[in-house]
Amino acid sequence: MILVEGLKKRFGTVQALQDVSFSAGDGKITGLLGHNGAGKSTTLRILSTVIRANEGRALIDGHDCSTDPLAVRRSLGVLPHASGLYAHLSGRENIRYYGELHGMRGAELDRATDQLIDRLALGAVAERRAKGYSQGERLKVGLARALIHRPQTIILDEPTNGLDVNAVRMLRELIRELRDSGRCVLFSSHVMQEVAALCDDIVIISHGRVVVRGTPAEILKATGAPDLEEAFVRAADQDEVA
Amino acid sequence: MGAVWTVFRKEVLENLRDRRVILSAFFFGVLLAPMIFGLTTTMVSKRAVANQDKPLNLPIAGASNAPNLVQFLRENGAKVEDVELTSDEAIAAVRSGRQDMVLLIGEDYGKALQAGESAPLSLVVDTSNSNTSPSADRARQLLSAYGHQLAVLRLMVRGINPAVIEPVGVQTLDVATPAGRSLLILGMMTYFCFMSMLVGGFYLAIDTTAGERERGSLEPLLTLPVSRSQLIVGKMLATSAFMSVSLLLTLATFGVVLTFIPLEALGMSANFGPRVILPIFAIMATFVPLGAGLMTVVASFTRSNREAQSWLSVVMMFPIAPIMFAVVTGTKPSAALMAVPSLSQHLIATSLMRGDSIPALHVLICAGTTLALGALLVGIAIRLYRREAILG
Repeated sequence: MILVEGLKKRFGTVQALQDVSFSAGDGKITGLLGHNGAGKSTTLRILSTVIRANEGRALIDGHDCSTDPLAVRRSLGVLPHASGLYAHLSGRENIRYYGELHGMRGAELDRATDQLIDRLALGAVAERRAKGYSQGERLKVGLARALIHRPQTIILDEPTNGLDVNAVRMLRELIRELRDSGRCVLFSSHVMQEVAALCDDIVIISHGRVVVRGTPAEILKATGAPDLEEAFVRAADQDEVA
Repeated sequence: MGAVWTVFRKEVLENLRDRRVILSAFFFGVLLAPMIFGLTTTMVSKRAVANQDKPLNLPIAGASNAPNLVQFLRENGAKVEDVELTSDEAIAAVRSGRQDMVLLIGEDYGKALQAGESAPLSLVVDTSNSNTSPSADRARQLLSAYGHQLAVLRLMVRGINPAVIEPVGVQTLDVATPAGRSLLILGMMTYFCFMSMLVGGFYLAIDTTAGERERGSLEPLLTLPVSRSQLIVGKMLATSAFMSVSLLLTLATFGVVLTFIPLEALGMSANFGPRVILPIFAIMATFVPLGAGLMTVVASFTRSNREAQSWLSVVMMFPIAPIMFAVVTGTKPSAALMAVPSLSQHLIATSLMRGDSIPALHVLICAGTTLALGALLVGIAIRLYRREAILG
């Protein structure tokens, strides 16, 4: 469960977030949609407690991102858009490293690691060094690493960028599975089709502001557009026209 | 504490698997530095020995003009060689390097000597050639000894005490201990030790900041329920471990190499058993936190691996500069100098090698100031890691 109220963030003279408010429920997939530079990554970075907002409030499963970041991090799994694996460690070692930093040890860690390697069909790949991984293998290990501590809330930053069709299908399947097990999934994208194919709720962000949010049907209604793509274009540009 | 240990273990494992790190960290310290050191010292000592034992080759033009002088030179170990050269030819021969030196004895030598005047001799030498200047000095010494002998004889014939021409009697007392004489050479060693210590931690310091950021692994790492101070402390501990191991390996290799170098031929004794190596390691290791902190702080300001590398190569000169200065000027230890990190370690390490006694106060000041400065830099590194700008 994510709750965001009136987030503002400034980097030097650039006002990256003007006013961002939305919520993402458990058992739902929420898409954060916007052009490049609209403020998606900044919002996700504030939620993952890597940076702090200047104003406003962000809660994850009831924990405040700025006052209790450690509690937030315990219930949060993050897949950044660069996989950021350690090239000289094997897939399994990469996954275990994150598990250990989550305080997992011994049999509990072994079991969780094996389950994820199994579920993601990593098999022998997990024993190889990450140096020679393909895009899809890197994504899988990155996902396993983000899910090792069974987080309630999962944030994915542009996860499908640069992936081939098979990897994208695998990812979608996994995201639906996470939703069906009652998790809250938030992912960002600048591709409308991507979001339309997967999301229960959509938040469209433009120039650091949320311009439209709701289910796909609600968004069509609010923008008066014939399809979601048109709705996105209208909503995202609305701000510029105004 | 658990997280610090986890980070430390992972950094050590990952970097041990990185061939680039292993090559630079251990190749320099274990192979390159002792090799350069061994070669230069062997060369220096061979040359010194060679110059002492070599008979003095002295070509003489006009030897028949001064049979007594030539006899004296022969008796004193010079290998006299008769050459037929005019003075211009002799000058040309020495200038071109065909002859190291030539002694010219003119025809009027004997006449002047008999008349009791100053008999002219010319020694043609090239003082810009450092290879021949030791033998030129020896030739000059022999000639002035001959002149002195003649003067003494003349005075005695006239009934005058020869001491009148020696108003001051200078005696030189050489107090250099055998180990002390090797100081300059051994001083080079602390320089190499510092280099290998810093090079050993070089890649880890970069990797923990600029490297993680560039690879995109920093951001997910910061979303884990571990404080940033724990992360950076674990990383700096790994850097320190590599620096310490690199230092210890270098010292151990020096211990082995020194047994093969003919230092004794130079009248030096190398005082470098395990009993000396371990205290040297202990005193130099006090510099490790400072070095690790300094490199991490500098690397956190840089944007990329490459930038970090060029900055760090400059920064590595800071601790090494005072040592080079001390080696060249022969600086002696004092309590005030013990407050200068790297210089103080160098001075104590060379004292240990000489076998000198070291005041406990010096060790205390050296370790105290260096560790305090190290703590300060580690603190700054932690603060920098907490900034948002660390994400770049």
